[in-house]
Amino acid sequence: MITARVEVRLKHGVADPEGDNTLKALNLLGFEQVSAVRSIQTFEVDLKTEDEARAREDLEAMCRRLLANPVIHDYSFEVIPREALEAR
Amino acid sequence: MNRDDVRVCVLTLEGTNCEDETVHAFASLGANPEKVHLNQLVRDPPGRHRALEDYQALVLPGGFSSGDYVRAGAIWASRLRSGLRRDLRAFVEEGKPVVGICNGFQALVELGFLPGLGGETDVPQASLATNDSAHYECRPSLLRYENRGRCGPLALLPRDGILQAPSAHTEGKFTVPQGEEEAVWGALLEADQLLFRYVDPEGTYAGYPWNPNGSLYNIAGVCNPEGNVLGLMPHPERSLSRYLHPDWTRSGEEGYGDGRLFFDSILTYVTEAF
Repeated sequence: MITARVEVRLKHGVADPEGDNTLKALNLLGFEQVSAVRSIQTFEVDLKTEDEARAREDLEAMCRRLLANPVIHDYSFEVIPREALEAR
Repeated sequence: MNRDDVRVCVLTLEGTNCEDETVHAFASLGANPEKVHLNQLVRDPPGRHRALEDYQALVLPGGFSSGDYVRAGAIWASRLRSGLRRDLRAFVEEGKPVVGICNGFQALVELGFLPGLGGETDVPQASLATNDSAHYECRPSLLRYENRGRCGPLALLPRDGILQAPSAHTEGKFTVPQGEEEAVWGALLEADQLLFRYVDPEGTYAGYPWNPNGSLYNIAGVCNPEGNVLGLMPHPERSLSRYLHPDWTRSGEEGYGDGRLFFDSILTYVTEAF
């Protein structure tokens, strides 16, 4: 099995009201050194395969077809090394 | 065909929540609407299977389908794409109206059916992004109808007339790829795909709160290039009766509200076209 982490973030320049509001709240809590907050969605996906090249192709398609809307999102994904998973 | 023969499929999924009001709107105007769960169309539950081709209009109502997980309307769009794509395409090609209201509009955009510039696409061409206010906006909206005739199902709406319908959404900001705003705007105008724009009581394209979400060019609703797939964020079923208007107690007016014409027009189109 391959486990991948997919990150979906708003493109640079697209309004991020969730990040902006979180920034405001953090500033109000006294964290005045915080100057920007960006909201990012993360998905962890398990794939029933050992074929990493194929998995990457599928992950690319998953991002385009569901996990991200390419109009407003950039996305990236990485395969999580087995050691990192075992250390959990 | 007669109005009472018009079968309207009001599609439901876990999390949709405006199907009853939508069914009521069509029923009160003499049509034959039915709430149909997506699984009734794509699977074969004993005795409950329905075929999309048996209906003359399809409505995707508002709500929070599949919890709005991933993105508003994204999972609904995926379920439609995986299970109903062929039937849906045939339905659209026949010229039958497909109407998305609020969450239904979000699903049609995620599906690539709207705006459908240059035809239907596999990936979305637009997004209904998070409101500029970053929260749920629930307030009356005034919508100027700007279509020049492309949208057959809404042909009864007077050009530049104002329709009042409540907005109730968190993700309603019509957004297109950065840098392509003017080009998309021009293409929408040229193909006559613009339906509704948010205005203030003076009829001008105002900012917040009249534009509740920060939508590009105050866009509240669009149709496909053929005019039979349409979507809008505000809820015309929530202004079906005069008493649903915010000034009802002051006006003393009874009977139907602004929303009636929206549904009446769709039914008139169907009875004349089929």
